[in-house]
Amino acid sequence: MNLSHKATIMTATEMNRALTRIAHEIIERNKGAKNLALVGIHTRGVPIAEHLAKLIENFEGIRPQLGKLDITLYRDDLSEIALQPVVKKTEVPFDIHGMRIVLCDDVLFTGRTARAALDALIDMGRPAVIQYAVLVDRGHRELPIRADYVGKNVPTSKQEVIKVKLQSVDGAEAVELLEIEQ
Amino acid sequence: MMSTVAATETTLTKKRHLLDLQDWSAEEILALFDTSDVMAQVMQRTIKKVPALQGFTVGTLFFENSTRTRLSFERAARAQSADVISFAAGGSSMSKGESLKDTLKTIDAMQSDLYVVRHAVAGVPYQLAKWTDAIIVNAGDGRRAHPTQALLDAYTFSREFNGFDGFKGKKLAIIGDVLHSRVARSNMTLWSKLGAEVSLCGPSTVLPKELEFAGVAISDNIFEAVEGAHAVMTLRLQKERMQAGLLPSIAEYQTRYQLSEAVMRLAHPEALIMHPGPINRDVEIAGVLADSERSVIEKQVANGVPVRMAVLYTLLVGKK
Repeated sequence: MNLSHKATIMTATEMNRALTRIAHEIIERNKGAKNLALVGIHTRGVPIAEHLAKLIENFEGIRPQLGKLDITLYRDDLSEIALQPVVKKTEVPFDIHGMRIVLCDDVLFTGRTARAALDALIDMGRPAVIQYAVLVDRGHRELPIRADYVGKNVPTSKQEVIKVKLQSVDGAEAVELLEIEQ
Repeated sequence: MMSTVAATETTLTKKRHLLDLQDWSAEEILALFDTSDVMAQVMQRTIKKVPALQGFTVGTLFFENSTRTRLSFERAARAQSADVISFAAGGSSMSKGESLKDTLKTIDAMQSDLYVVRHAVAGVPYQLAKWTDAIIVNAGDGRRAHPTQALLDAYTFSREFNGFDGFKGKKLAIIGDVLHSRVARSNMTLWSKLGAEVSLCGPSTVLPKELEFAGVAISDNIFEAVEGAHAVMTLRLQKERMQAGLLPSIAEYQTRYQLSEAVMRLAHPEALIMHPGPINRDVEIAGVLADSERSVIEKQVANGVPVRMAVLYTLLVGKK
């Protein structure tokens, strides 16, 4: 599958601005940072959750709890696929019971990852609320799922791919729109 | 397709079956250990179940008696939401004279995706692999191999040895009736493959011929075998071998081959004590050692489930 670059959707500065706004929205919606936990979905949700946690700590003086979630064992296509997804460790080092949890991911697309993440979280306990923050919402939902916090809405076609690059994973910060070459 | 993970997919292994660890590379085995870590996390949760293998059916075909291995595999399958059908030879139509092939055909009609097979005759899992389209996991065939036991032994060592930094430069000593032990054979294969040194010790009548295992040190002196070892594994003394005249009396065996505190003083100061079970306390191993801090015998049993979960996950997912 060859991908060609079509446009840069967000620069590093724009990503930072969007995350800063989301951090404020999270604080506003949850009336502070008490009992707040940010859980990043592997791979790129993890640094996004870390970034948001830092911002929230700067604004509120309370550092939210941080977790990492791998949803592989909860995928709905494991009996169909021809690939072998590598399972990664889930690290949620706190009791999620009664917590206000914000799931974080880079891109919201079909909604299937979010569905799997909800099931994975609920198997760990009963949080007070689960909210969902994404850097980019590209549409094409296949499940009744929506995000509470969105960095940028990007209408896309199915032939297009959204590539989020993050410093800690990709060595660069940008959101790019790519196209699958026919 | 779940778009966000598509980019990070890789292949854990292309192997279809787990028949003998001889066929698996060190990389594939270490990937299996990483997957086992995740499965161990699942088993530590309040809800010890994930939906990963929903829709898959695992058949356990035990033509030879076993409790712990069968239970461990069934737990591993159910903890991932697979369905399990269970066949035990005792009381089955095999005792009415049905052939192995006909028995398999009957069970195959119930549509399993994977069979876990144990048989007293070496090579049966290979034969079954030719007769069915399902995946085969060898859970012990004759004296030949017991791959998942060796996997959980090596996994336990790697996660429990203080300051573990890889298998290179480590020494495993296996004490007992090595000749008749598929556990010993699979461990020799696995630890050698991972770069460890293996030494074997037991009465000369039950030691394998040296040619069979190149690079493995063989001795009938327990002090020599255990010296400097990082892991010491004792095997169960099988009383029927004694009746066959292959082993000395229990008293003589205890004197020469029992793992005692005096013997363990020669091992590496952090050495771990292992045993595949069931134990004959104070026969092949001093009871105090089996209960000591260095013993990881209970850990081995506990790790059986996550390691077998990893085996089932790795063999079933992504092969369609």
